[in-house]
Amino acid sequence: MKLDAKIPEGPLQEKWSRYKATCRLVSPNNKKKLDIIVVGAGLAGSSAAASLAEMGYRVKSFCFQDSPRRAHSVAAQGGVNASKNYHNDGDSAFRMFYDTLKGGDFRAREANVYRLAECSANLIDQAVAQGVPFAREYGGYLANRSFGGVQVSRTFYARGQTGQQLLLGAYSALSRQVAEGNVQLFSRHEMLGLVVIDGKARGIIARNLDTGAIERHAAHTVVLATGGYGKIYYLSTLAMGCNGSAIWRAHKKGAGFAAASWTQIHPTCLPQSGAYQSKLTLMSESLRNDGRIWVPKKANDPRPPGEIPEEERDYYLERRYPAFGNLAPRDIASRAAKERIDAGFGVGAQRNAVYLDFAHAIREYGIETIRERYGNLFRMYEKITGHNAYERPMMISPAAHFSMGGLWVDYELMTTIPGLFAIGECNFSDHGANRLGANSLLQACVDGYFILPYTIGNYLAGELGTGKISPEAPEFETAEREVRDQLGRLLTIQGNRTATDYHKELGALLYDKCGVLRTREGLRQAIDDIRALRADFWQNLKVPGGAEQVNSELEKAGRVADYLELAEVMCYDALTREESCGAHFREEHQTADGEAQRRDDQFQFVSVWAYAGPEEEPELHREGLVFETIQPSVRSYK
Amino acid sequence: MKIQLKIWRQENARAQGRMVDYELTDINPEMSFLEMLDVLNEQLIQKGDMPVEFDHDCREGICGQCGLFINGRAHGPQEATTTCQLHMRHFKDGDTIYVEPFRSRAFPVIKDLRIDRSAFDRIIQAGGYISTRTGDAPEANAIPIGHDVAEAAFDAAACIGCGACVATCKNASAALFTGAKVSHLAMLPQGQPEAAERARKMVAQMEAEGFGHCTNTGACEVECPQEISIRHIARMNFEYNRAGALKK
Repeated sequence: MKLDAKIPEGPLQEKWSRYKATCRLVSPNNKKKLDIIVVGAGLAGSSAAASLAEMGYRVKSFCFQDSPRRAHSVAAQGGVNASKNYHNDGDSAFRMFYDTLKGGDFRAREANVYRLAECSANLIDQAVAQGVPFAREYGGYLANRSFGGVQVSRTFYARGQTGQQLLLGAYSALSRQVAEGNVQLFSRHEMLGLVVIDGKARGIIARNLDTGAIERHAAHTVVLATGGYGKIYYLSTLAMGCNGSAIWRAHKKGAGFAAASWTQIHPTCLPQSGAYQSKLTLMSESLRNDGRIWVPKKANDPRPPGEIPEEERDYYLERRYPAFGNLAPRDIASRAAKERIDAGFGVGAQRNAVYLDFAHAIREYGIETIRERYGNLFRMYEKITGHNAYERPMMISPAAHFSMGGLWVDYELMTTIPGLFAIGECNFSDHGANRLGANSLLQACVDGYFILPYTIGNYLAGELGTGKISPEAPEFETAEREVRDQLGRLLTIQGNRTATDYHKELGALLYDKCGVLRTREGLRQAIDDIRALRADFWQNLKVPGGAEQVNSELEKAGRVADYLELAEVMCYDALTREESCGAHFREEHQTADGEAQRRDDQFQFVSVWAYAGPEEEPELHREGLVFETIQPSVRSYK
Repeated sequence: MKIQLKIWRQENARAQGRMVDYELTDINPEMSFLEMLDVLNEQLIQKGDMPVEFDHDCREGICGQCGLFINGRAHGPQEATTTCQLHMRHFKDGDTIYVEPFRSRAFPVIKDLRIDRSAFDRIIQAGGYISTRTGDAPEANAIPIGHDVAEAAFDAAACIGCGACVATCKNASAALFTGAKVSHLAMLPQGQPEAAERARKMVAQMEAEGFGHCTNTGACEVECPQEISIRHIARMNFEYNRAGALKK
């Protein structure tokens, strides 16, 4: 597997301008001869499909939801970062670049991260033009707040529903292109196979989830924008349908999979209350602007929070990280919470939570201000838990959230399969080993609106002579047969365990062995356990019904089958990385005071995995990370 | 808790549907309503029956994909709550619960409790956007928008497109859904140039999809999980009339 990141020459600040000035273009009358498939309709997919269609390309947009407006970008709460420096607090593209690179523990490419920061300001302009109702000051100008891991206010927000509003903006742009006939929309369609012809991505096999029909779709290029795979842990902040199937199936056709084990466990989620639980709801990180996190100083303290006096509370983030306090980055906050919970200081019925307390903020700013800032979050909290957070502290707990890992992409966001692009959360690129809050909406939008429209042209300029791609090609035949065979296998086992049952077991195993804390021994054990579970799955799975109908159990089974393979690569990824960085914390590699111990001399690279065949150990390739502008330092928030 | 369920089962859009009885024991009051249905489905699969198909995805009240008619109310008994955010603690031990899909001619049943709401997508496609291209936006702070205007626009923009308004309306009108989008964009200076034409096109599409007319009963705002006000319907009517008056 050849890994050429294709980073443009020149100083960091000029790389993207140079690229844009020199990349190949496709003339307007040629664009309409070129077909593009975009899989996924969240922020990355919708923004890409809309932007490409506006330019004149012929676009097909696919999503498994019943409308693009429901893709899980919709659930992002807190905000989107942009270095507008509206607060005159010293922000700049360079500072944002530095914060993001440091937040990712110096495990991302400088050039990609700088470009993300550079394009951030345009995104706010774009969203405002679409009618996104960001929060405003009384003078009518845009409001900002601060988020974890930074010391400036660069987060734009629309109450606690920023993702929803940005997605509806992208969805409106997409809808306009559908109306103009430039985009064909395929909702309730799931990609089950990638078609590669002569080494290039040329189409997909999709299943219509309402009829069960298997369809072939051909194009000159395929864009995956299918989001993260955090749902592999079963209990996560993701939607029930979120999955890793599209990227996993592309991986099996030759796309390198990078940093599979770098998954973010978000510190502020609602704790699990029972075995029936289907998801863990995230409470926005923005709450940490005003909420203070604490546990009792006494282990297993039975008193309700209101009866625990101030001097008997341990504000452990403020204690351990005085410079950033409650706004320490997510990986650090999650680890600190797990440390306290494991040591017996957890609160709540299951002793699996910590307090997030607003009493001080309510005293300082008044209840009305807090209500305006977080009203919908407090209401959501009350709906789920039955408790009023204005009166007693919230109880929160870490939960699987974001995948920094994903398909390896070069500077142009192209995978190792020519003509296959990956954008948004489903790629590995900008966040290194840990993503900062409010950077995921940003990355999804920037990839879709501002980067792909240039880089895809650079590729398609070479495709003008190709002509229409035929879905009758033998490669489509083969890919369709593979898909049908797998569906048939899933249906014929007729064992005694449901897909959800396997998913829960896999999730618990990963939380335990490849979650917040990892060890060599645990990961080796996990690999054996996953293999055994996968073998059991193919022996004893039970899927009711058939393939020619609506069958959500069949959908789930296909996704779990892929998770059972991806999980193993995650464990290899974590096992071979003998260091701690960002969200990847190996207990063998920590400092005397329990902080992550990076080993730049040996691990300053991105692990990229190649598929070696069924039941084969994946092959490790390395993309070395070169730091020209800044030197990696010890990442400290103290 | 012990729960008696009466659930609408329907093989496909053309088939005749019927209510089917199920009984669940050992339901934990901390479960969400959909987790209770998950429990039922796991049991049905183990018995060799087909599980109940229902719409859901984010399970945190924002994607708008879930939507069940529970005991005769869209999204069940709680105010301002989607089906996925409804918890079993709001029911009593021994309760009988009726579960049906959101019903409207414009929302055909796909299977069981799953419905087709693509009509909403087509209403948005008819004009629910500001015609801006990627790349042509001016500096974001170039157009100041008062705090209260931005907040009011947000109130309308918060619609999650679930269809509870349609399901609860005796006319199966989509006026609240359509009005929310017309109003959100009409309140903002960026949305003004197209405001009247947008209202005209979206209303025409709403009618073409087979939704009924609004007779101002206000039932929609009572059941809307985002508490969107029927004032937005008034604003839609205003913009619609303006479109008529200004027509050359």
